[in-house]
Amino acid sequence: MIPFDYHRATDVEDAVRTATSRPDATYLAGGTNLVDHLRLGITSPSLLVDVSRLPFDDIDPLPDGGVRVGAGVRNSDLAAHPTIRRDYPMLAAALLAGASWQLRNLATTGGNLLQRTRCAYFQNPATPCNKREPGSGCSALAGWQRHHAILGASEHCVAVHPSDMAVPLAALDATVRLTGAHGDRGVPLTAFHRLPGDEPRRDTVLEHGELITAVDLPRLPPTTRSAYRKVRDRASYAFALVSVAAALTVTDGVVRDVRIALGGVAHKPWRATRAEETLRGADARPASFRAAAEAELAEAEPLPGSAFKTTMAREALVSVLTGLAEEGAR
Amino acid sequence: MTGTPPPAPAESGRPRERLDGPAKVAGRAPYAYEQPVEDPLFLFPVRSTIARGRVRWVDTEEAEAVPGVVAVLTHLNAPRLASRDDLELWVLQDDEVRHHGQFVGAVIAGTPEVARHAASLVKVEYQREWHDVVLRADHPERYRPDHVNPSFDTDTSHGDVDGALADAAATVDQTYRTPVQHHVPMEPHTTVVRWPGAADLGAVAMYDSNQGVSPIRKVLAPLLDLDPEQLWIHSPHVGGAFGSKASPKAHHVLTALAARLVPGRPVKCALTRQQMFGNAGHRTPTIQRVRLGADRRGRLTAIAHDVVEHTARFKEFAEQTAVATRTMYAAEHRRTTHRLVPLDVPAPVIMRAPGEAPGMFALESAMDELAVALGMDPVELRIRNEPDADPESGLPFSTRHLARCLREGATRFGWADRPPAGQGRRDGDWLVGVGMAASTYPLFPQQGSRARIRALPDGRRQVEIAASDLGTGTWTALTQIAADALAVPAEAVDLVIGDSALPATVGAGGSSGLSIWGTTVVAAARAFRDRHGDDPPAGAEVVGELPENTAVGRYALHAFGAQFAEVRVDAVTGEIRVPRMVGVFDVGRVINPRTARSQLMGGMTMGLSMALHEESVVDPRFGHVVNGDYAGYHIPTNADVGDIDVSWLDEPDPLYNPMGSKGIGEIGIVGTAAAVANAVWHATGVRVRDVPITPDRLLGRHR
Amino acid sequence: MEAEIRLRVDGTTHTLRVDTRTSLLDALRDRLGNTSPKKGCDHGQCGSCTVLLDGRRITSCLALAVSHDGAEVTTADGLAPGDTLHPVQRAFLDQDAFQCGYCTPGQVCSVVGMLAEATDGRPSHVTGELTGPVQLTDEEIRERLSGNLCRCGAYVNIVAAVRQTLAEEAP
Repeated sequence: MIPFDYHRATDVEDAVRTATSRPDATYLAGGTNLVDHLRLGITSPSLLVDVSRLPFDDIDPLPDGGVRVGAGVRNSDLAAHPTIRRDYPMLAAALLAGASWQLRNLATTGGNLLQRTRCAYFQNPATPCNKREPGSGCSALAGWQRHHAILGASEHCVAVHPSDMAVPLAALDATVRLTGAHGDRGVPLTAFHRLPGDEPRRDTVLEHGELITAVDLPRLPPTTRSAYRKVRDRASYAFALVSVAAALTVTDGVVRDVRIALGGVAHKPWRATRAEETLRGADARPASFRAAAEAELAEAEPLPGSAFKTTMAREALVSVLTGLAEEGAR
Repeated sequence: MTGTPPPAPAESGRPRERLDGPAKVAGRAPYAYEQPVEDPLFLFPVRSTIARGRVRWVDTEEAEAVPGVVAVLTHLNAPRLASRDDLELWVLQDDEVRHHGQFVGAVIAGTPEVARHAASLVKVEYQREWHDVVLRADHPERYRPDHVNPSFDTDTSHGDVDGALADAAATVDQTYRTPVQHHVPMEPHTTVVRWPGAADLGAVAMYDSNQGVSPIRKVLAPLLDLDPEQLWIHSPHVGGAFGSKASPKAHHVLTALAARLVPGRPVKCALTRQQMFGNAGHRTPTIQRVRLGADRRGRLTAIAHDVVEHTARFKEFAEQTAVATRTMYAAEHRRTTHRLVPLDVPAPVIMRAPGEAPGMFALESAMDELAVALGMDPVELRIRNEPDADPESGLPFSTRHLARCLREGATRFGWADRPPAGQGRRDGDWLVGVGMAASTYPLFPQQGSRARIRALPDGRRQVEIAASDLGTGTWTALTQIAADALAVPAEAVDLVIGDSALPATVGAGGSSGLSIWGTTVVAAARAFRDRHGDDPPAGAEVVGELPENTAVGRYALHAFGAQFAEVRVDAVTGEIRVPRMVGVFDVGRVINPRTARSQLMGGMTMGLSMALHEESVVDPRFGHVVNGDYAGYHIPTNADVGDIDVSWLDEPDPLYNPMGSKGIGEIGIVGTAAAVANAVWHATGVRVRDVPITPDRLLGRHR
Repeated sequence: MEAEIRLRVDGTTHTLRVDTRTSLLDALRDRLGNTSPKKGCDHGQCGSCTVLLDGRRITSCLALAVSHDGAEVTTADGLAPGDTLHPVQRAFLDQDAFQCGYCTPGQVCSVVGMLAEATDGRPSHVTGELTGPVQLTDEEIRERLSGNLCRCGAYVNIVAAVRQTLAEEAP
């Protein structure tokens, strides 16, 4: 861990100005991922701008019926919030499936989105990694691949995004609110994280000095049922092998609306648009769900070590959709 | 309290609360790093990034320039060691790199932050050489070691195995594999060393986390060119060990070398969790071919167990993987072999039930397969093959109550109510199955142990022995043994352990710690009472010695057990849960039922972990453990462990030791992994012969 | 860079200068001599360093001390005054809910934090009805304590210790 300066931001403007002023400054919020990386020596900012005390810890209703979640809201508080539990159960469930209670008490909404991959080669400065050190090569391509991507990967990087929370947010069409030196903007969550392409170093479209201030959740129709299913190697406190966030609206046995995202399969939370297209207007029954899952995963290009994920994601998705349809029929 | 002590209630067998407990639940019991020392320096190692080769040059300039850095050690400036006998401990003495992660330098600094940062600035250039870290059964360098740990025959052979297999009514011929595993105690390996200052005539002081101060000192003192009394080692509380802290490791030497450069300043070294996967020992992977032949009635006619495992190229350790098979079941034709492949890996060491844990996974999985082939209850199959005497030595067993463990376990578990073989039950998306296995662990004979007993002015007795408590309950159980032996209440015993100034004894290991220490304390107590009676004057003192165990060589001495497990497998995802396990053990007299139950339960939990979670993935290209942290190397969380019902037979074995106890540290893990794997087969129809059994292994393969 | 911070730890206020890189855990252990929270992994992967920060359980290894200037920290050492034991600590002793003791202070703090969360009605990963009341079944206890690893394998007894605490609290 190289020595760094520390600045506690007094307000948003101060935070952005200070962070923008130094090319290698970074924001500190909960610290659960940043401190981890500082200690491993895989990131070396010369300045931390502490935004943990900025007033971003509210969860407020939006005029259109949605909800604005402050970037500083702790994962545990978001999961426990009555509105989230009632109206966005798959988001609460995803949060509760992530990390441990101690970590969720520290980790923030904004920080969760900025988690970096848990690829074991990325985390080890002694092994080549294009994400950590552009041009050094990808060790996972011929290495341990159990936790790697099956969708959207490139020859430069096969890492996956580790967040649980971001998966339902992708399915929900959430919007990430940003503020920066050039003003405010909103980015759809599905466009916030990047695929690795030939620039795996960049996880998101965030510009230097831009700060996440909030995440907006759109309103869901009251008849929508949603769920999050996480498949992992142990019963708790483990990253997803694959995960599924799905929201299903069924009327008279027909799928009126469906939103699906997959976790653990790609460099970003994977919005399953093919599956959604296949399902819209289809009968809400297992055969349709299977066809949709297969349509989505037809594009999968797993590595030998991650091939099982294609089956696992398909079966988990069919199971989640079937469960939601049955629940709705009851 | 003077005069004749009141007749003591029998302490042995009483579930006394841990004497070190109040301090531990508050976090006040000092572990090695936490011992109060003045003005410490902090050490952070520099580790090799290649698996084999030479250090061509080291540039320490930038590291030395960091404010707060006191010294940077490399092989060029490190003090010299006195012996090259053990290359694992030949630290910073030459330019050779023998495994990935080997210490090639170290920084000592005024704060841990500075030491770590400066260590990252040390530049090392290597001359890489070809390396090999992959175990293969047909490896060209495979060889036959002279013996296996600690001194068992490498191979055994009786009768005509091939002939018997050809004639058998039912056979099994399968290969089972276990991966590299790491002990991962919660407290990382930690040592604090203070070399005496110039005006200071004291000994070198070492606050350490280890399994036995005496064996550690025995190796380290001569290596550091010290007389034994010039090295004082203090280790009263140890945050778990499981074999990894039994012998000195490179970090001990590294820290001592650093301390020598800064006399008078304590140097603290705590390995990081990541370093624990390269510098703290591991269990060898194994490839085990097991062949069984049986007649129609399930009587074994042939047992063959052939093992290939690895060792470090620079230091041989041959795990005794097939040794338990020699004793387990009767069969006329038997054979066991061990072969080693020398690789460019860190030195493997003992890990909880070395030999038995991986070996019995294979044998007890094969027995389950044989039961299936015969259409027989696996419990009954085992009972039918109970030997009258030790099949290997022909010696009578001191006690062997395996059949009772199997029967009682079956009753407690509800084994009779299980669905038929190969037809586990379905509960919604869950496939439910049950499995069982048997376990054994031998007496590990040891020598060289002394204890001192002294009468204190207030009528209490001080009992001194350089024993250790790794969480094993020594503080409590040894106090209880001493109380009984001295015929005083436990409250009148002051036990002192974990310090090399005390009478030397063996380290904790081989499930023999309490057995050896207890026997020594009983001998010392007898001598004390013979000489000073039960109303001794203050200051009366006796040093007692461990007597020879005359049963060794006349009897086969082994503990036994039976484990049962229920497994649930998610038919959609392959995820596995173990809602309940039952273990019944023949472990002689239990000194402290409270701590014993915990230890047996902990062993079974580790067996469950071996079955479902543990695997150190070694990258052949770099030679390091890829998943080397707690997020990558899984052990169970609380949510992974269901109900565990542990019990034991009330069968003291007086031939083991005067307490009648057999030792309980290891037998809990033995057999458990096979019981879980056998239950997975019952639930799913999928026979997994290489642990860990992860969800992907079952996904879409179940019937 | 160094910074001056103030921490209230187990009821005592300390003012100290720390390296900005110093974790809350190291500040407690190396600087303030409070070694009740343990270092098991230093990466939030084991829970041994769990303390209560302003009443909530956290992994102190991933918290930078400088960022928590002014915080109130409770370690297992400060849960009960003097040599007395907190009911959770008493239950850990009664149920033999530990072996080596290294994860134990973190487990104890985690249980204290967990009981408050449950009282607050916060659901967990295994809570069936997210909007319903929280019943601390064995399954709930296990899930809520899964952020604290124990290599000795004391989980069964840890769950029993929580059950004992709950039974004692019940009216």
